[in-house]
Amino acid sequence: MARLNVNGRVVEIDAPADTPLLWALREQAGLTGTKYGCGIAQCGACTVHIDGEAVRSCSITLEGVSENQKIVTIEGLSPDSSHPIQKAWLQLEVPQCGYCQSGMIMAAAALLAKTPKPTDAQIDEAMTNICRCGTYNRVRAGIKLAAGV
Amino acid sequence: MNAIVRNAPFSLSRRSILKGAAASAGAFTLGFAVPFSEAEAQAGTPEINAWVVIHPDDRIIVRIARSEMGQGTLTGLAQLVAEELEADWSKVGWEYPTPGENLKRNRVWRNFSTGGSRGIRESHQYVREGGAAARIMLVQAAANAWNVPASECRAAKSVITHTPTGRSVTYGQVASAAAKLEPPKEVVLKPAKDWTIVGQSVKRLDTADKLNGKQVYGADIRLPGMLNAAIKACPVFGGKVASFDAAKVTGMRGVKKVVQIGPNAVAVIAETWWQAKTALDALPITWDNGPNVNASSETIAAMLHSGLEAEQAFEGNKAGDARAAIAGAAKKVEATYSYPFQNHACMEPMNATALWTPQKCEVWCPTQNGESALAAAIEASGLPAAQCDVHKVHLGGGFGRRGRSDYVTQAVLIAKEMPGIPVKLLWSREEDMLQGTYHPITTARMVGGLDKDGNLVGLHMRISGQSILAGVNPQALQNGRDPVVFQGLNPGGQEGPFGYGIPNLLIDHAMRNPHVPPGFWRGVNLNQNAIYVECFMDELAHAAGIDPLEFRRKLMKNAPKHLAVLEAVAKGIGWGAPAQPGTAKGLAQIMGFGSYVAAAAEVSVSNAGEIKVHRIVAATNPGHVVNPDQVAAQVEGSFVYGLSAAFHQECTVKGGRIVEENFDTYPALRMAEMPKVESILLPSGDFWGGVGEPTIAVAAPAVMNAIFAATGKRVRSLPLKNADLRRA
Repeated sequence: MARLNVNGRVVEIDAPADTPLLWALREQAGLTGTKYGCGIAQCGACTVHIDGEAVRSCSITLEGVSENQKIVTIEGLSPDSSHPIQKAWLQLEVPQCGYCQSGMIMAAAALLAKTPKPTDAQIDEAMTNICRCGTYNRVRAGIKLAAGV
Repeated sequence: MNAIVRNAPFSLSRRSILKGAAASAGAFTLGFAVPFSEAEAQAGTPEINAWVVIHPDDRIIVRIARSEMGQGTLTGLAQLVAEELEADWSKVGWEYPTPGENLKRNRVWRNFSTGGSRGIRESHQYVREGGAAARIMLVQAAANAWNVPASECRAAKSVITHTPTGRSVTYGQVASAAAKLEPPKEVVLKPAKDWTIVGQSVKRLDTADKLNGKQVYGADIRLPGMLNAAIKACPVFGGKVASFDAAKVTGMRGVKKVVQIGPNAVAVIAETWWQAKTALDALPITWDNGPNVNASSETIAAMLHSGLEAEQAFEGNKAGDARAAIAGAAKKVEATYSYPFQNHACMEPMNATALWTPQKCEVWCPTQNGESALAAAIEASGLPAAQCDVHKVHLGGGFGRRGRSDYVTQAVLIAKEMPGIPVKLLWSREEDMLQGTYHPITTARMVGGLDKDGNLVGLHMRISGQSILAGVNPQALQNGRDPVVFQGLNPGGQEGPFGYGIPNLLIDHAMRNPHVPPGFWRGVNLNQNAIYVECFMDELAHAAGIDPLEFRRKLMKNAPKHLAVLEAVAKGIGWGAPAQPGTAKGLAQIMGFGSYVAAAAEVSVSNAGEIKVHRIVAATNPGHVVNPDQVAAQVEGSFVYGLSAAFHQECTVKGGRIVEENFDTYPALRMAEMPKVESILLPSGDFWGGVGEPTIAVAAPAVMNAIFAATGKRVRSLPLKNADLRRA
């Protein structure tokens, strides 16, 4: 039994310690906004925040996270889609199919938390998530809109 | 509005689940949000006709038969209905009817298939007629209530006004009465100049839930008591299961059952998917690899090579005598191009959830073809059609892969092992990569003849390689010939009038079908055909010593629409003006999926051979534009898909199976590589074309031609990661 702090609540997870955080979030905590895309930290669809850092939750296991670490998933980013990234995404119609967008939004939010006014190079470095529909240019525009740059 | 939009897609599913549950295992309660009160559901909301439902509070639900997979068709179709309905757009929501209901209602919603960029271009007429018919009925209901002629009434923004007296009533107030009226025998559609909703960049109807994790994809379906399944099919195509040792994993945590599914797959059913996958990975399986175990990329290349010189070939386009003209030409130019297998690699791996009882089979799945999914469910369930249904959910990408229903068949066969218990089947990424229906592999020999003035007097294009139809629908072959192979190369029609007027032309196809299953892949055959033709046109222009734009222009005198988009991108990229230092430009055009497209690229190549695309200008003439911002999004996205394919993607074959299993060996373009895209829309207003796919085809050749301009090196096979562009 693992205890996690997810979106400000303590959640009891009844799963072996080697279960990836992604699957504990999706199948035990019921938070399906965090997506499975590759399982090998390539695509970023499973991105969550752990103590403010963007982390690919498919590649960290329950034993790698302590109860003292604050995990935030897409469901906990804001109570009402009011995070500047979410607002910019809506305004610019960033998502297409949307499956990668939870991860995109979490990666972008983590970037802005550390680098409020990112350059293009900083965006390129931070945003390595894969989108197959092809929303990259709107993702970039959305980050800039949210950052006011 | 959001409340409707967010929940509407599940309203039908929910009721059906309740019905299904009553017929089977008992009291299900649902994890989904409940869209409307139970009383409302019981009472029924007035359906004006199959396309339009109007609630008493004026909320409008437009029924959408095609699937939404990101391409924006859902919003576009709703705009078309709302336009003729004279609806208040802010009150418009949507829902998916089920394929089972379509069957019961004599296919009132017609075709559910969502592929080939056909969602809007093939249904705009009848969905607009549906909207218009509903408007006429609503107006008539108001006129009846006022006892005035309908001709004295006018509808606008969901309000009907009796013009002489100024009395007015909302759609919601007359919806019940309108629903009881006879539908009109004929309707007249609005001329395009009067459109107020169509042609506008209204916001998509399905964005809000994609921003906060609420959007439920197939992979996210949760039903009470649901189990999860992971599956492995024989990685060698044509192979079978020889044996497996279930006892090794049946004691593992959460595992419920280990079952063989069909001749070639084994599934583990467990409480959670992670448990199922963990047990499946531990399960000893012996495969009977079958007859293809010695096939490799090399044997397949040799097979295709044999078609380049073969005598027997199917003709696609012919004028004059190409071989004779080339033989007598002042200069002969020859080049061989090739295009690899590629996986669709949808972000959401294939999945379906099924509930089977002896009385009923229900499936929840992301599908590009609800009716095909239903057919698969009927067949696999062994139940009569009337006892089966499919509930569509949004797709986490489709790109053609989800037009196939193999994963639905598997899910139903798995659910049959657990009667009364819903089971969700989710493929791992590795399974998704190994059990694809791949972009067909082809090679092409291009031979052109130039006269002494550099005019192209003859062209022979010999395509050798795979036919999609031979793999997926052999009945559709025409005396063995696959017409789809010639996409973009045809003498006329929706799939490409060939843009070049060449006096002696032969385009033919020597069919060579390797054992790797082909499928429709976003852009289909237009992708490689545009590369073959447009890169070779560039080669011919250089051989003739003529500017590539001018060379094309001379051949396009009878193809003004092809030329117009090409001229637009040439102007946009600054063709003819000096390039930025270190950069070079390339052009390409093609017609397919009913639309005319062109692209221009500005590219640089470093001394180390690294390619950077700085800028793309795209032009599209799709005839009509329903939502300009969404068309722009499709054009932008097409470059990501097309450049991913061009730069990175290749499925290679070894031991009869695909080698690449995940994004580490099958990468996609990422943000740092993505150029700026300027999208020019040039709708000519006289036809309806698609936009989800055609632009993909011009991405690669525009970049490849720019690479030649930058380096003098001609790349003729993809992906570009295999090309050595280092400067000596």
